[in-house]
Amino acid sequence: MAYDTNFTGQKFKVVGTRPLRPDGLDKVTGRARYGADVSAPGQLVGRVLRSPHAHAKIVKIDTSKAEKLPGVKAVITSADLPDLTNGDAGMYDILVNCMARGKALYDGHAVAAVAAVDAATARKALKLINVEYKILPHVTDVDEAVKPGAPVLHSKMFTDGVEPKPTKASNVAKRTEFGHGDVEKGFKEADVIVERSFKTEQTHQGYIEPHACLANLGSDGQGEMWVCTQGHFVYRNTCATLLGLDAAKLRVTASEIGGGFGGKTHVWAEPLALALSRKANRPVKLVMTRDEVFKASGPTSSTSIDVKIGATKDGRITAATATLRYQGGPFLGMWAELGAMTSYACYDLKNVKTVGYEVVVNRPKVAAYRAPSAPMAAFAVESVVDELAHKIGMDAVAFRIKNAAKEGTKSSYGPTYGPIGIGPTLEAAKNHPHMKAPLKKNQGRGMACGFWFNFGGQTSTSLNVTPDGSVNVSVGTIDVGGSRASMALIAAEELGVPYENVRCVVADTSSLGHNDMSDGSRVTFSSGMNTVIAARNAKKVLIQRAAKMWDIPEEAVTWEDGHAKPAGANAGNFPPLSLKEIAAAAGNTGGPIAGHNEFVADGAGVSFATHICDVELDPETGATKIIRYTVIQDAGKAIHPSYVEGQYQGGAAQGIGWALNEEYVYGKDGRLQNAGYLDYRIPVCSDLPMIDTVILEIPNPNHPYGVRGVGETSIVPPLAAIANAVSNAAGVRMTHIPMSPPRILKALDDQAKTKAKAA
Amino acid sequence: MVKVVLWGSLRAAAGGTEAVEVEAGNIRSLFNKLETEYPGLEPHIKRGIAVSINGRIFRDSWDERIPENAEVYLLPRIAGG
Repeated sequence: MAYDTNFTGQKFKVVGTRPLRPDGLDKVTGRARYGADVSAPGQLVGRVLRSPHAHAKIVKIDTSKAEKLPGVKAVITSADLPDLTNGDAGMYDILVNCMARGKALYDGHAVAAVAAVDAATARKALKLINVEYKILPHVTDVDEAVKPGAPVLHSKMFTDGVEPKPTKASNVAKRTEFGHGDVEKGFKEADVIVERSFKTEQTHQGYIEPHACLANLGSDGQGEMWVCTQGHFVYRNTCATLLGLDAAKLRVTASEIGGGFGGKTHVWAEPLALALSRKANRPVKLVMTRDEVFKASGPTSSTSIDVKIGATKDGRITAATATLRYQGGPFLGMWAELGAMTSYACYDLKNVKTVGYEVVVNRPKVAAYRAPSAPMAAFAVESVVDELAHKIGMDAVAFRIKNAAKEGTKSSYGPTYGPIGIGPTLEAAKNHPHMKAPLKKNQGRGMACGFWFNFGGQTSTSLNVTPDGSVNVSVGTIDVGGSRASMALIAAEELGVPYENVRCVVADTSSLGHNDMSDGSRVTFSSGMNTVIAARNAKKVLIQRAAKMWDIPEEAVTWEDGHAKPAGANAGNFPPLSLKEIAAAAGNTGGPIAGHNEFVADGAGVSFATHICDVELDPETGATKIIRYTVIQDAGKAIHPSYVEGQYQGGAAQGIGWALNEEYVYGKDGRLQNAGYLDYRIPVCSDLPMIDTVILEIPNPNHPYGVRGVGETSIVPPLAAIANAVSNAAGVRMTHIPMSPPRILKALDDQAKTKAKAA
Repeated sequence: MVKVVLWGSLRAAAGGTEAVEVEAGNIRSLFNKLETEYPGLEPHIKRGIAVSINGRIFRDSWDERIPENAEVYLLPRIAGG
């Protein structure tokens, strides 16, 4: 169907307001149903047996004792999940990750699963499964993994992207490179060069709701799954492939979601629940424990990054390089590649080169985490940018403004930018009162920029007008950040009806065409655009029906303020017909009134943000307190500004935790030491100030309302902004994230020793 | 003819060259030509490649027209959170 997706400068009546959230009452009263909240008659409890070893050959698994235990209805191993991936390497990695095949690749890797009548029986059954392991040497650190002599995880992993292709296996899965110009020449033109190495530790997305599902799969190949996910269509397709099902016969319903941030874009135990259900011929509920979520879902990469930037005395960057090593757990990822693409995307550079290395280690399979890979690269680059500005005696914001990318800039990852928002966010930062507020003793201020791509993807939306004139919008994108409210606002805007007359729901996989996941900051962009088109299609039907009711040609009818009106000299003089009146007559004018659209939304437009942060450091303990924080970001158009602000604040809050406290701690035995929220400390309200937000609206030319994605960019600058603030407060450059009290104390101690030595 | 710039790890699959020239009116025909003329690129295209046309990134819209003298970059198919 023809449609126009270009920005037109439309004036809004409803979009941009802040109505109450439609899921609010359910969530505050406990009525909202999450992944573990649905039960089925006769359901069993699913539990997973996991490897206690970081790296081990599975010599033998004996499940016979567990199978004989009364109350146990099914036991599965990898033998129950034959390889049906048909040469798809990415899908095979997912299969291997869901259930170890021959080797356990990390502490927590699934090796078997049971379904039993209750949790106690299931736990007892796990203890009766006898797994014989041959322990292998392991490696969990990204730098150790690339050293000669490191234990090699895969005997057939030869670094891709290198010519000639190596003949010796290693833990470097792939090399990738971006950039342009001549960096050596550029460094020769520099008056000042700063070169540093940085490390960031592994963090988890930290969603409060663990992975949970209820699976019911019959021997006839038909099934249902209720699951907490960021993409129920993708879960359906993946599970159908892994289990040899027709996708149409597996109906997946998404629950409310208690956080995902990328971690719920990937299946973990859901295929196991389906396989158990098929074997037991009973519904199986499988809910991960917190320990399992940490050990066996997908955290982000730990990294090691080298950065070198040169500039002239008047503040122009002449050359910039970065070498980025990201671990993806035991499988090939694209995490270093994304880091290499985003590192210098904020800047207008003549000479730039970034090289990424995808490294495998004995840790869980890495998954996306909100603007995946960009925060670590920004930490390293923005730290050096700040240091360089100090060294040439230039204000850090002015230095960035001088070097910022703009329309027409050749980006560091290749293409030339169209209209972009980095300059306006920097100008807004420069003029923000936060930048001029006085600081006290032991306090420091930092700022940093961040970039993320955003994307669109496959989307299907259905809008139905009910007989009483209220409106349903069915989308296939999970509401992770307020999209049901935004879709209702958009439908209300287009149809000219009150927001309260519209209800948006997330439909199951049998009700709509395929939808990609809620990731890539894509939902308000793509489902929003689809809702505009679906509503406009419904409006065409409403006009046709009004024309029938008046017995005039539809060309003589126009739509205005929620009413059909006759238009033109020969249209006649009829009083306007409201949407409600047309809906009430629908049964006799052609039946139900609806508008649909299915499409690929591309052209999401890149996104930029600038953050400002003040910290106070306790030099006695090394503890850091965030005392003021400001997020400035371009939203294109904020459909529901409160939700946009929530995204900005949420990204900043997660970044604060990542910067200061969060860290996977592995023991020498390769086992995770802190798989729980007592020992893995995410920020709580008392750790945070009120995070101030500034929404800039520079319309995206490729969206009818000008929308850009906003969900991810807000986590990109915090690591760097906070590192710059802490470094300024401490008087020593911090190069290792998280900047936990012991690391800050050590940095202060090292600095004192250096000073004493010099004296 | 369209000049198509390849990112680093694709270059090895296309014989080490940084850019290739093919006759293509849209993304679908671009991929078809690339698979024929540079068979090493086929597995990468199958796994998923994004195409930037004049700065606008397309991941799935293979019908997108490539104008004369357009700036065309092949890029990794970006993941998101």
